[in-house]
Amino acid sequence: MRERKKNVRRHASGPEDGGRPAASGGRRKPCGLHCIKIQHLSVTIGEQEILRDINLHIHCGSLNALIGKNGAGKSTLMRAILGDVPHSGQIEFKNTEDGRMQRLRVGYVPQSLNVDKYTPVSVYDMIACCQSRLPVFLKKSRKLAARIREYLEIFQAEELLDKQVCNLSGGELQRVLLSMAVMDEPNLLLLDEPVSGIDQNGMEVFYQAIHRLKEEFDLAIILISHDLSYVAEYADRVILLDREVLKQGTVEEVYASAEFQRVFGTGALIGDAGKTAGALIGDADKAVGSLTGDGARRGGQQAEGGGQR
Amino acid sequence: MRDIFSWLQFDFMKLAFAAILIITPLFGLLGTMIVSRKMAFFSDALGHSALTGIAVGVVFGVQDTNLSMVLFAVVFALLLNKISSRNTANTDTVISVFSSFSIAVGLAILSKGGNFSQYSSLLVGDVLSITRKEILYLLVIFLVTLVFWCLCSNGLQALSLHRSLAKSKGIPVTLLEYLFAVLVALIVMLSIKWVGILIINALLILPAAASRNLSANLREYHFFAVLFSMFSGVLGLIISYYTNVATGPTIVIIASILYFATYFYGRKYLQ
Repeated sequence: MRERKKNVRRHASGPEDGGRPAASGGRRKPCGLHCIKIQHLSVTIGEQEILRDINLHIHCGSLNALIGKNGAGKSTLMRAILGDVPHSGQIEFKNTEDGRMQRLRVGYVPQSLNVDKYTPVSVYDMIACCQSRLPVFLKKSRKLAARIREYLEIFQAEELLDKQVCNLSGGELQRVLLSMAVMDEPNLLLLDEPVSGIDQNGMEVFYQAIHRLKEEFDLAIILISHDLSYVAEYADRVILLDREVLKQGTVEEVYASAEFQRVFGTGALIGDAGKTAGALIGDADKAVGSLTGDGARRGGQQAEGGGQR
Repeated sequence: MRDIFSWLQFDFMKLAFAAILIITPLFGLLGTMIVSRKMAFFSDALGHSALTGIAVGVVFGVQDTNLSMVLFAVVFALLLNKISSRNTANTDTVISVFSSFSIAVGLAILSKGGNFSQYSSLLVGDVLSITRKEILYLLVIFLVTLVFWCLCSNGLQALSLHRSLAKSKGIPVTLLEYLFAVLVALIVMLSIKWVGILIINALLILPAAASRNLSANLREYHFFAVLFSMFSGVLGLIISYYTNVATGPTIVIIASILYFATYFYGRKYLQ
């Protein structure tokens, strides 16, 4: 709670704390000098070791895609970074120029929310609940609404302010959640790529929004992705995870590695060869639709979803 | 004018009226979060644990069984909360197991020697027997709840939308979960004598559920929930006075009618 108040105050009083301007005062471009070091991170739940000795260096201004099969521990890694799952090892946030340690602010965009139909929560309510201590059930604050609108505008979502969260489409919800995540000016943004309720066009918009975030804000992004072709197009670095880091590096390095082939299948064709277009490994930049097994299923869902819409 | 308020001429009716004016907005408020967080089963189990709390008090020879009831409920609520936060098994099933076990223990102890009839009033509740002192207790918990709500309802709401998301925003999610569980336990226990084990959950859930049929945001949600709750409470008290029917059930019937009416109205006009 105290933490939250701090954030709110910082926004209210504008730039301070070594020149950390609020979004309204001009966004801070990535400086490339901050580095988040995850060292020897392990997660054990019960008897089971879910993650083993994860070591990662994440630089601000970079988009890091986290790929791996279902059950590889991708979501667990995110929750560990968020502090939601107990873990061993350290997460350090350093300014590489002067070596100073700083407190890491983490933003998070989940895949979806626990809302069913007729949930009486508007976009304003949701964001205000997270960002402010004014009791949202009593009164709608004009000042806060204006500030929220300002952030929604970054992702062209300002007209959604008074819509019910449960009535948003998958793409709209993602844009709202992204706006909310950047309100705290996080140093690290954790994104869980939406799996359902978004059509191909929506995915394109989602990835473009992330790209803009990366260019215009001073933050590092870790993105769980299920779509290898989007990863190839947008990611700066790729982390292949299966309980431990199997391989990390640039898209070309990882896609051409033996570990990648072992996880996603050997040869040029990945997953269900009959349904997917060929994704040539080693030529990842040109890959058309490299769908993994579950990616192919998702493709099917999208087609159905698109039909309904 | 005097005729309209003739039901208020007796002292017990005045006290009952005061009690209703405190309990119903409290339940409306609390219900909004119980429904949002899908805790209907949790509050139901808590209500049932009242019998066990009394039984525990009887076994240990506690003078004031209210005390043992409240203490047991708080412990029970913390336990249920702990269990449901572990995602090992289906929460509903686990709560049901604990709830059944505790009510069976309570019934077994209280029925020993064929004395259960003295506790049966707890099942239906009787708001007409409330005393001034007890109203004061209710008033205190009402104020506590209001303060809690102003401080914590934002966090709880965020929590109900997505736990990890709330956590990433610096909201102390675990603490809030426990505080809320304890608050629900306290309120349920302090009002169970007047409302009754069998229907207390209905009073918590129905106004909020009805309000959900109409509301588009949290302010409307809270407003309608409190309004429906107070309306059914007051009207239920008056009707029960004239028809000589137990007050609790009358209130629940009115709240149910409100639920169905708002359900059809909402589906027809608001979508």
